[in-house]
Amino acid sequence: MQIIIETKNLSAYFDNNCVLKNLNIEVFPKEILGIIGPANSGKTTFLCALNRLNYLKPNYFQEGEIYFLGKNIAELSDNELRKKIGIIFALPQVLPMSIYNNIAYGPKVHGIRKKSILDELVEISLKRAYLWDEVKDRLHSPALKLSGGQQQRLCIARTLAVQPDIILYDEPCSGLDPISTAKIEEAMQELKQHYTQILVTNNTKQAARVTERCSFFLMGELIEIDKTSTLFTSPKDKRTDDYIRGKFG
Amino acid sequence: MKSPTTREKVAFIILGIITFFVILPIFLTIFYVAKNSIGTITWEFISQYPRNGMKEGGILPAIIGTIYLIVGTMIFSLPVGILSAIYLVEYAKDNFFTRLIKLSIVNLSGIPSIVYGLFGFALFVIFMQFGTSILAGSLTLAIMSLPVIVTATKEALEAVPYSFREISLSLGATKWQTIRYCVLPYALPGILTGTVLSLSRAAGETAPILFTVAAFYLPRLPRSIFDQAMALPYHLYVISTQVPNMPLQISFATAFVLIILVFLINLISIVLRVHFRKKKQW
Amino acid sequence: MRLKKTKEFVIEFLIHTSGALIIGFVVLIFLFLLKDSLSLFRTYSLKNFFFGKNWLPISEPSQFGIIPLVIGSLYVTLVAILICVPTGIAVAMFIAEVAPSYLRIILKSLVEILASIPSVVLGFIGIVWLGPFLKNALGLSTGMCGLTGSLLLAFMALPTIISISEDALVSVPRSYKEAAFGLGATRWQTLWRIVLPSASSGIIAAIMLGIGRVIGETMVVMMVTGNSPVIPRSIFQPLRTLTATVAGEMGETVSGSEHYFALFAVGLVLFIITFIINFLADLSLQRGKQ
Repeated sequence: MQIIIETKNLSAYFDNNCVLKNLNIEVFPKEILGIIGPANSGKTTFLCALNRLNYLKPNYFQEGEIYFLGKNIAELSDNELRKKIGIIFALPQVLPMSIYNNIAYGPKVHGIRKKSILDELVEISLKRAYLWDEVKDRLHSPALKLSGGQQQRLCIARTLAVQPDIILYDEPCSGLDPISTAKIEEAMQELKQHYTQILVTNNTKQAARVTERCSFFLMGELIEIDKTSTLFTSPKDKRTDDYIRGKFG
Repeated sequence: MKSPTTREKVAFIILGIITFFVILPIFLTIFYVAKNSIGTITWEFISQYPRNGMKEGGILPAIIGTIYLIVGTMIFSLPVGILSAIYLVEYAKDNFFTRLIKLSIVNLSGIPSIVYGLFGFALFVIFMQFGTSILAGSLTLAIMSLPVIVTATKEALEAVPYSFREISLSLGATKWQTIRYCVLPYALPGILTGTVLSLSRAAGETAPILFTVAAFYLPRLPRSIFDQAMALPYHLYVISTQVPNMPLQISFATAFVLIILVFLINLISIVLRVHFRKKKQW
Repeated sequence: MRLKKTKEFVIEFLIHTSGALIIGFVVLIFLFLLKDSLSLFRTYSLKNFFFGKNWLPISEPSQFGIIPLVIGSLYVTLVAILICVPTGIAVAMFIAEVAPSYLRIILKSLVEILASIPSVVLGFIGIVWLGPFLKNALGLSTGMCGLTGSLLLAFMALPTIISISEDALVSVPRSYKEAAFGLGATRWQTLWRIVLPSASSGIIAAIMLGIGRVIGETMVVMMVTGNSPVIPRSIFQPLRTLTATVAGEMGETVSGSEHYFALFAVGLVLFIITFIINFLADLSLQRGKQ
């Protein structure tokens, strides 16, 4: 089975505090991998280690290696890496521009200038994010006027526009109502055909709904990783079981 | 026995009176100058040359000279000012070098204007052999304006939400692309306001231009940046201290034109500030 | 792609250089002043410069003692500060704590207007109105004296003192004030006993920056203080400041002459004085921010 992301003894430190301990994990192409666990387990740190966003924060230090399709990501430049691995943050963050420009921003910085190509990219991205129908008549109106759920789908479309291979989600539905959440989960299922997705979520039920494989992180360590159905019904580690049952969190 | 409430009333009234006596002279000063200029400020005054040893005629060359200096100052101070602010906000790490830069800005802002004049003279007029010229004067005024521009730009950049940069970088943009497309456009209002403010100060300064550019009387308008120029603040200084039997109305009128010029530039900066605050989208 | 990378490299190089340029300018100013000042001390003794009581550049032999100038600057600064510091802090208190919000905006704008009046205009007013007025009102022998200068300088330094003090007062945490109100204090008592002391480092910074502004002012003093470089016996006499000396005499010197170097030495003294004042003021402001 081919592997798209692999980490070898990945450890991460902020201010000399170890937030990820010796992480060895594999991600398979075109799967939806879930990551669950209580706060401060290192889930976000893991995601942001994949696209090197952790280095934006002060006093960050990392050990171990991360491989993308067999190649050490240290050999890729920051912008090549982040083009291949996109991320959706917890709070929808749109730029104060039009909807069109928000989505075209990514392709433009990567050198795509031709209007026809941009138009096409914008349309495909919005369709795949399940937002096209709602905004197709007002592509040039300000993005800030959209609702929270729409803005989050805009963020997904924006990430899709740079044509990544992997999409990371960091608790994307935490601020959204159930209907918007359902739309995003639907979009994720559709996106399976083209992209590998890793979903960090605090909502174990969402993980059960959406993911095929799921992993449990606790205090910086990967405790267990398995098919979602197995993890939720007969986990091997007691801590996983306790967390899923809600005995702590 | 005065109760605390009575004491408070008395104290506040005293504060109010003091404030009144501070504010009053501001109005009085301006009205005094304005009152004594009425009648002298005509289109001829603004558009003509001084005659008869400054005692008659207008102040056109001084106005033009000041405008040239303002433009020159802007050209030299904006690039360095904005770029160093970008460095401080977006690139600089928290180390000794950075603290040294910040200390230098504080110091530049406190150096007396006459010391700038001396420095400008020694460096631009003598050492670089530009002679007393618009070039030397503008460069001197530009260095003097740097602290204001750097501070205003720095604040404008810091006001742009961090999330913009995070989004841009996470999409794969480089640092400079992020600054250019995701930060600078939104910091522009603050930068503009700070720039205009610094220009209004430069327009009113006399000491830095005393030995770097100012001329007592020039029969023609300056034709190149290596020419000397007349300037409003210097003109006012000269006619009020060096010209015997100077008709006072002309001096008052000159002072008034200078005040109006400075106020107009300030007004532009206020208008810009208000306009952009309304357009702000986040 | 190559072109883009090169462009980016050039821009980032310029950005890093600009930061260094700022430090460079301060160093350059110091060095240029130093270079020409040192030329003076080759022919004129340091001791006579710093402690000489006569500033007589055109007499034979020339004397370049800066004591009268230093005393002139000190006199004028001291009186100006005595006037503008209490006044400025009072106005700051009024704006920060007493004035209703509409008035606050108006007052702050007016203070900004005051700050933008060019110094040469105020010097002009000193010549045509304030000087003669003081001469008549106080029966002085001349209106062009230290007092006229001090009054105008106080007026000019007010915006600095007012706005920085007001910033300091406003940044006192609300919780301090609320605690005081909770204990039954009036607004005045809170202001006087709690807010003012908490804002003290900011206010000290304001005073120091005000002093720096006054010491460094040139045009006003040159136009109204009489330009008499002798040790003044009172504030009602004409005097000369360090700044006015440089500005007034530079035009008459020959480049490279002793007089020329002496003026640079005076400039160096001014640079060092204001450097120290600003450094201390900044320290005070930083301490206040904690």
